[in-house]
Amino acid sequence: MEKEIIKLKDIAVSFDGEPVLSGLNLSIRDGEFVTLLGPSGCGKTTTLRIIGGFVTPDHGDVFFDGKRMNDLPAYRRPVNTIFQRYALFPHLNVYENVAFGMRVQKKSREEIKKTVGEMLALVNLKGFEKRGVNTLSGGQQQRVAIARALANNPKVLLLDEPLAALDLKLRKDMQVELKNIQKSLGITFIYVTHDQEEALSMSDTVVVMDGGQIQQIGTPQDIYNEPENAFVADFIGESNILDGIMHEDYLVEFFGRKFPCLDAGFGPKEPVDVVIRPEDIDIVSPEKGHLTGTVTSVTFKGVHFETIVDFKGFKWMIQTTDYYEVGRQIGIVLNPEDIHIMKKSAYSGMFGDYSSYSEEFDELADPEADLVQESVDEENI
Amino acid sequence: MKTLSKIYNGLIFLFLYAPIVVLIIFSFNDSRSRSVWHGFSLRWYEELFCDKEILNALIVTLTVAVIATVAATVIGTAAAVGMHGMNGRLRRAMMAVNNIPMVNPEIVTGIAMLLLFAFIYRSTGWFQLGYGTLLLSHITFCIPYVVLQVMPKLRQMNQHMYEAALDLGCRPVSAFFKVMLPEIMPGVVTGALMAFTMSLDDFVISLFTSGSSAQNLSVTIYSMVKRRITPEINALSTLMFGAVLILLILVNVSQIRGQSKAQKA
Repeated sequence: MEKEIIKLKDIAVSFDGEPVLSGLNLSIRDGEFVTLLGPSGCGKTTTLRIIGGFVTPDHGDVFFDGKRMNDLPAYRRPVNTIFQRYALFPHLNVYENVAFGMRVQKKSREEIKKTVGEMLALVNLKGFEKRGVNTLSGGQQQRVAIARALANNPKVLLLDEPLAALDLKLRKDMQVELKNIQKSLGITFIYVTHDQEEALSMSDTVVVMDGGQIQQIGTPQDIYNEPENAFVADFIGESNILDGIMHEDYLVEFFGRKFPCLDAGFGPKEPVDVVIRPEDIDIVSPEKGHLTGTVTSVTFKGVHFETIVDFKGFKWMIQTTDYYEVGRQIGIVLNPEDIHIMKKSAYSGMFGDYSSYSEEFDELADPEADLVQESVDEENI
Repeated sequence: MKTLSKIYNGLIFLFLYAPIVVLIIFSFNDSRSRSVWHGFSLRWYEELFCDKEILNALIVTLTVAVIATVAATVIGTAAAVGMHGMNGRLRRAMMAVNNIPMVNPEIVTGIAMLLLFAFIYRSTGWFQLGYGTLLLSHITFCIPYVVLQVMPKLRQMNQHMYEAALDLGCRPVSAFFKVMLPEIMPGVVTGALMAFTMSLDDFVISLFTSGSSAQNLSVTIYSMVKRRITPEINALSTLMFGAVLILLILVNVSQIRGQSKAQKA
């Protein structure tokens, strides 16, 4: 488990003079479920394609099991890929799709038959051998793609937004199934997605990327609870991000008031970014609150109400199970564990203010739209 | 209104096919006359099959068409695959270059080829006008049609499919044959058929590039007509029309079969 299986060292890539990745270092342990997470155009798919052998880095080295494999062509690498939109072979039936890799390797007929049977059982597609792949639903095609890649017995499986084209319910089921397959086979999965929930729920390690660089590497809990900069805080979940000043260890000032917190190691009077998650905020009556504000909008989300509250012109998002009507004065209480302090970064001030928040932005961030954009990007490449 | 449109349709088909119908009828006429019916006979067909000049021309036409089709299909498909791999601007430029010969007047292409062959013959002694130059010119003018048919199929293909084959261990060449070619096959077949009919049908370019040693049917007929029009030519034309008709029907039937198969799938 602790053995390092893949290492990317100082990778840089540019397409048509546009830098896509720069100074990328990443080390992946054997048996790990690693997710590359980021918005479209952040370089996550390119990183995956470098490992798969479909993109040659301009600079830097790719190591597999300690051996440099920059010059190893894709067809010789001990990794297999599940592509966006599956890329099944439509002229072959399910059986032949899964058998494809083994036929190339000239495996015996019996061995192929046995492995295909095992793989189809693994992905719950027994009895589909003779079906044409175009007669299958999206979820079934996805399963064939998984079986086809796993039939080659790869040491590492690369997955490029494999669930992006499925509907929500199916996506959730497939997440569980993929995770189970990974656990039972014990092989390394490198998974690319722009869906933060998917990344958090499936991964051992999450690599958050933006602008061709790694922003943070950590366990899902680390990434969520201890984001390193405003980009990570905003991209993973919802965040209210405020300007603050660190007075001393464990004491931060924002909105003209000092709050005890759990963070230390900053310089005296160092300006910082303060992250407060919407679900950590307790609402109380105005006179009891550390801060008081006015509710400006409420959206019902099923599990909770998404309440936007105006504090002296800065709007926060608060998730509550109780309903507070628009116009009402409320107070909030912030406990030390609700406050997370980050060093200032290039992303400071770009995220975390809900003043311009509206439902439309959510729609603009529709995953389907991202996917289309991504494939357009790739075509340009 | 409906009867009017039916009459209109009828007239269109009448004008389109009347000449061919007349030609077919008179190919069975038992006389040399081109205007008076003397009774049914197959004598012009018999004479046709005894006419060495025409039979030779037929062989030239068919062999040139087959070889040119195969060569143009291979070259055109390879070219399309290569162009598909280029980036946007270069690909569009190459497509434009590909399309020019198709809109260029044939007579210009024909004369240009004649001049080129003559020039090379003068300076090297190669490419004397004849079967070789006829074949080369046919291959050349067929290639753009193949490229034009294959290109859209390449674009419709899932772009990751070729990579998926590499990923599963195929070398690039076998990935092309195992995965890419089956995907673009409908385009390759249509391209080949177009190349075949274009070659079969060509007169203008062949007139300039065939020389006197190897003439194809259209050029032979043209030179015969200059001397005298015999009903043999009616018979030959009827046979050619029939052959093209059968070919067209076969293509359509196979396309319809392919479509219904795709729908079922």
